[in-house]
Amino acid sequence: MTLSLDDVKRVASLARIEISEDEAQQMLTQLSGIFSLIEQMQAVDTSGIEPMSHAQDMMQRLREDVVTESDQHLLFQSVAPQVEAGLYLVPKVIE
Amino acid sequence: MLNASLKQLAHQLAARKISSIELTEIFLERIKTLNKDLNAFITVNEEMSLDQARAADKMISSGQVQPLTGIPVAQKDIFCAKGWLTTCGSKMLSNFVSPYDATIIERFNQAGAVIIGKTNMDEFAMGSSNETSYYGPVKNPWDISAVPGGSSGGSACAVAARMAPAATATDTGGSIRQPAALCGISGIKPTYGLVSRYGMIAFASSLDQAGPMAKSAEDLALLMNVMAGFDARDSTSMQRQTEDYSRDLEKPLDRLRIGLPKEYFAKGMNHDVASAVEAAIAEYRKLGATIVEVSLPNTKLSIPVYYVLAPAEASSNLSRFDGVRYGYRAPQYSDLEDMYKKTRAQGFGAEVKRRILIGTYVLSHGYYDAYYLQAQKLRRLIANDFTEAFKQCDVIMGPTTPAVAFDFGEKSDDPIQMYLSDIYTSATNLAGLPGMSIPVGFGDKNRPVGLHIVGNYFREAQMLNIAHQYQQVTDWHLRAPERLPVA
Repeated sequence: MTLSLDDVKRVASLARIEISEDEAQQMLTQLSGIFSLIEQMQAVDTSGIEPMSHAQDMMQRLREDVVTESDQHLLFQSVAPQVEAGLYLVPKVIE
Repeated sequence: MLNASLKQLAHQLAARKISSIELTEIFLERIKTLNKDLNAFITVNEEMSLDQARAADKMISSGQVQPLTGIPVAQKDIFCAKGWLTTCGSKMLSNFVSPYDATIIERFNQAGAVIIGKTNMDEFAMGSSNETSYYGPVKNPWDISAVPGGSSGGSACAVAARMAPAATATDTGGSIRQPAALCGISGIKPTYGLVSRYGMIAFASSLDQAGPMAKSAEDLALLMNVMAGFDARDSTSMQRQTEDYSRDLEKPLDRLRIGLPKEYFAKGMNHDVASAVEAAIAEYRKLGATIVEVSLPNTKLSIPVYYVLAPAEASSNLSRFDGVRYGYRAPQYSDLEDMYKKTRAQGFGAEVKRRILIGTYVLSHGYYDAYYLQAQKLRRLIANDFTEAFKQCDVIMGPTTPAVAFDFGEKSDDPIQMYLSDIYTSATNLAGLPGMSIPVGFGDKNRPVGLHIVGNYFREAQMLNIAHQYQQVTDWHLRAPERLPVA
């Protein structure tokens, strides 16, 4: 597999990270190297192997549908970049 | 006091030979002297530490003493601690004063331990040298031209340089064991699910696990008693009976079967590391252990598999850093999307961006099966290797790292070389197994060598026993860097 400069820019955009032309170029070189390492995986035949998504085979725990936390929005919003009237402020999204 | 074990410190405190305030001041003073050069701590807050010490002294005088009451512990800056700046080594969280405590912090607080400071680390725990920290690299206390390892380099350095009697750390691919090895101290990554991840800033959630660092296995056992335990707030926390991790420390090793993976000893290990590890194995023979050869044929795949799975999970976990609810926000932007993009471009360092991009790519449309799914299947094969090996032995031993600590800059421009320093450690995270590193000597340039001990699931008490017995007949764990004299 060969990675292109456009791939790098597309992925950066998907990841919401602004990237300059220079950075994209440098990133392309590094990612290409890393992907050539990753390609080693393709040499192994894994047909019939059950994917392992987690370190332990366990069921998701369920809890009673009751309130367990108190309202602490003032405390939690105290660390936000911009808050007004209990709301997080962001640039306008709907005209 | 600086060289004392946790048990010795507890005795001193209980006998009122020293107060927690005095003990805390001794370590704060040590940090003040050394941190300028070593950069092990991102945040030190004397007032908050001394407040906790004062409360601990009250607990002691009212007879409510637990094993760690009044003892200073350095906390890795990945754990949210209420009122403490919690940066995770990143510019992204350079202004984040946590409004709540991680479960680990809560447990140490309840035990009456004192937070002596927040330790430096690779940004978002992504790195093996501490060079990716936004707050500058930590230096190796044995040789300041060498890296301390990573990502828990600050915690390892703090313990090695006697700036704290013990520290917490986290391990996703080797981040407890590799810096413990490189700094000549002891560290254990428990079985996945044993220690709560609540309030521990997530990197790769199916691999991340917290554990302690200290001078000895005996100290690690006391720390494990505080850290391990079920937590309803972590959906992957294990519901198990409470254990005393010190219970088996004194057991003899005469029936122990040690497995040596032939692949680990075949190639890739430097000569100096090999001779220290072989000397340690010889010591175990003298203690009565039997050596058997085992095979972990898929170990070589652990790095490629790790570098698909960990970045994939990271790209999802780190999407929460968007400049809206907490942390850094870019000062200038044109619209919402531009705000996200500039915030993340300015807030994350190069290694974090690399991993987010790898993760985003392998999860993107059309590539999922070839990368993510294939990596998950290989993860199963890697885990199965261990299951097979443990049919023939009780623990697996080998080197923690292929070489001793490298110099600053040696690998920072070559991500792949950096990644390969976790070749022996990352397979255990993929399998979810417990792993530990203990100091077993010195290699090139007099830099420490670590022995890697991998146990079966939930066999931490046995691993600590094995490490402790070695530390009863050797003194590598008592060595401190001579260039930093302890008064």
